Amino acid sequence: MADIALSRVEDHEAVRASRRRGWTRAVIYGLLTVFALIYVIPLLVVVFNAFRAQPEIARNGLIAFPQSFQPDAWVAAWDNYCIGGTCQGMKRYFYNSLLMTIPATIISTLLGAMNGYILSKWRFKGSDVLFTCMLLGVFMPGQIALMPWAFILGKVGLSNSVYGLVLIHVVQGISFTTLFCRNYYVSIPDDLIKAARIDGAGFWRIFFKIILPLSPPILIVTVIWQFTGIWNEYLFGVVFTSGTQQPITAALVALTASGTTASAYDVMSAAVLIGAIPPLLVYFLGGKYFVRGLTQGAIK
Amino acid sequence: MSLERASATRPRLFGGRRLGELVPIIVLAPSLIASFIYVFVFSIWTLYIAMSNSSLLPSYGFVGLSNFESLWANRRWNIAYTNLFFFSGFYIVGSMLVGLLLAILIDQKVRGESVWRTIFLYPLAVSFIVTGTVWSWLYNPVDGIQALVRSFGWTDFSFALASDRNYAIWAIIITGIWQSSGFAMALFLAGLRSVDGDIIRAAQIDGASTFRTYRKVILPSIAPIFLAVAVVQIQFAIKTFDLVVALTRGGPGVSTTFPAIYVYDLMFQRGQIGEGAAAAIMMLAALAVVLVPYSLFLVWRRNKEVRNG
Repeated sequence: MADIALSRVEDHEAVRASRRRGWTRAVIYGLLTVFALIYVIPLLVVVFNAFRAQPEIARNGLIAFPQSFQPDAWVAAWDNYCIGGTCQGMKRYFYNSLLMTIPATIISTLLGAMNGYILSKWRFKGSDVLFTCMLLGVFMPGQIALMPWAFILGKVGLSNSVYGLVLIHVVQGISFTTLFCRNYYVSIPDDLIKAARIDGAGFWRIFFKIILPLSPPILIVTVIWQFTGIWNEYLFGVVFTSGTQQPITAALVALTASGTTASAYDVMSAAVLIGAIPPLLVYFLGGKYFVRGLTQGAIK
Repeated sequence: MSLERASATRPRLFGGRRLGELVPIIVLAPSLIASFIYVFVFSIWTLYIAMSNSSLLPSYGFVGLSNFESLWANRRWNIAYTNLFFFSGFYIVGSMLVGLLLAILIDQKVRGESVWRTIFLYPLAVSFIVTGTVWSWLYNPVDGIQALVRSFGWTDFSFALASDRNYAIWAIIITGIWQSSGFAMALFLAGLRSVDGDIIRAAQIDGASTFRTYRKVILPSIAPIFLAVAVVQIQFAIKTFDLVVALTRGGPGVSTTFPAIYVYDLMFQRGQIGEGAAAAIMMLAALAVVLVPYSLFLVWRRNKEVRNG
């Protein structure tokens, strides 16, 4: 269907057609380029400013080609910049985010795979209803859960702790991971499972020998979805942690909010990039799977 | 065919079930219980707080709907949901238009398709905090776009969206569109690729122009995708929080307050937990108003497809 423009034009006189086609092509690429610039320029601005000297930024404004190149801002942003009275740079919050994101991603993905396997291959009476109930978690606004979580985290001693955030993200993530895996496992033929059962394979054996080996595509999608989502989350981070326990998104807001640093664009740019690099890496390395997760998450 | 039926003829030992059949339920139980608590218990809990006299700390003296009454009487809440409607409208239409345009452009057999796609989609990978922070710099009149244009010689050029209370919401709309039109593009592109090639060829044989083919044949056949994109983006809009925090922090004044900002403020800055919970319930209600009809529609459509084979 992409060749409408091409195939129908060829029916007419070649010269006129090819001239018109040239124009159409020029407009298409022109528009794409304009949009691409709009999308890329903000990223370039941050990357440039993270390497420009602050006096130069103050003189020439934020949006300008770099005339100097110096990595000092990165060192400051990573190691010793002061955020809310703590002068340890972003590294502390970066670790917090890793410490939160990696376990929460692994646990929620594993649970999602198990749940998806059960809800597609070991269906029981009422399992579809239960699945629908779990799905509702996808739509829940975080605000509804704030007070209950505050209470529960206090009770189990996980207030102001990265592990409290792990718990929250696992519970919230289960609905997504279950949805992804269940919808994927449904397409694995039941006959395969039936044959295995006749051969005497049980629940776990079928999972490890048949389902898991078929799972890499959906597990990659799920891991990418969970990793970027949890890394980028802000509301729970800012509500349930403070000071040195905060994840990187909350620390970034604290950094850019503190009045004294308002003009240190070089360090703030480096800090912003430190916060953006992990999900960007995941995106550039796993682009295809990222998009797949996006479209599956949207159209259920 | 499900396994439940396949195993129905086997001997049953344990409470009418074989022991082995309980394993799936046992494995599933923790997730089920957690999800159940998360979805139902938390909602009802928050609803109960919304009907209590909680202020600085949750307390459970029942006060009926008075928190909802004071919420709806509040001028700032009024601004918050007016903003939500205004933002949602322009944000959804804007990102769908941009997304559709990009999808159609990419669909014209362009070279380097994956490069274009990668560029338009990358904002989705980074957080709203990152996007909002960077754009707040661009909107900054002293250092950002305004300064750039003025440095070209247009010295009275004015572009201070984020710091003007009448226009600050546009800063959020534009940034929101920038962040999520790639998402619309991805869905539209998937839709365009799924359109049956025969009906397009038929339209071309009838002499329809490219523009007409899109308008009359292709776009109508991907109508469900428009709906799906809109529904997902309404959800984004209702939950909008991080982007506003990073861009304007709800200001100048209270001009860019959103429901999610309002909830956070009342619960954690002003110690009015009861009314904050009432606002959270209103967010849930808004989501339900959108999602319940949509899921009913999806079920209806699926049933229709099943009936028609």
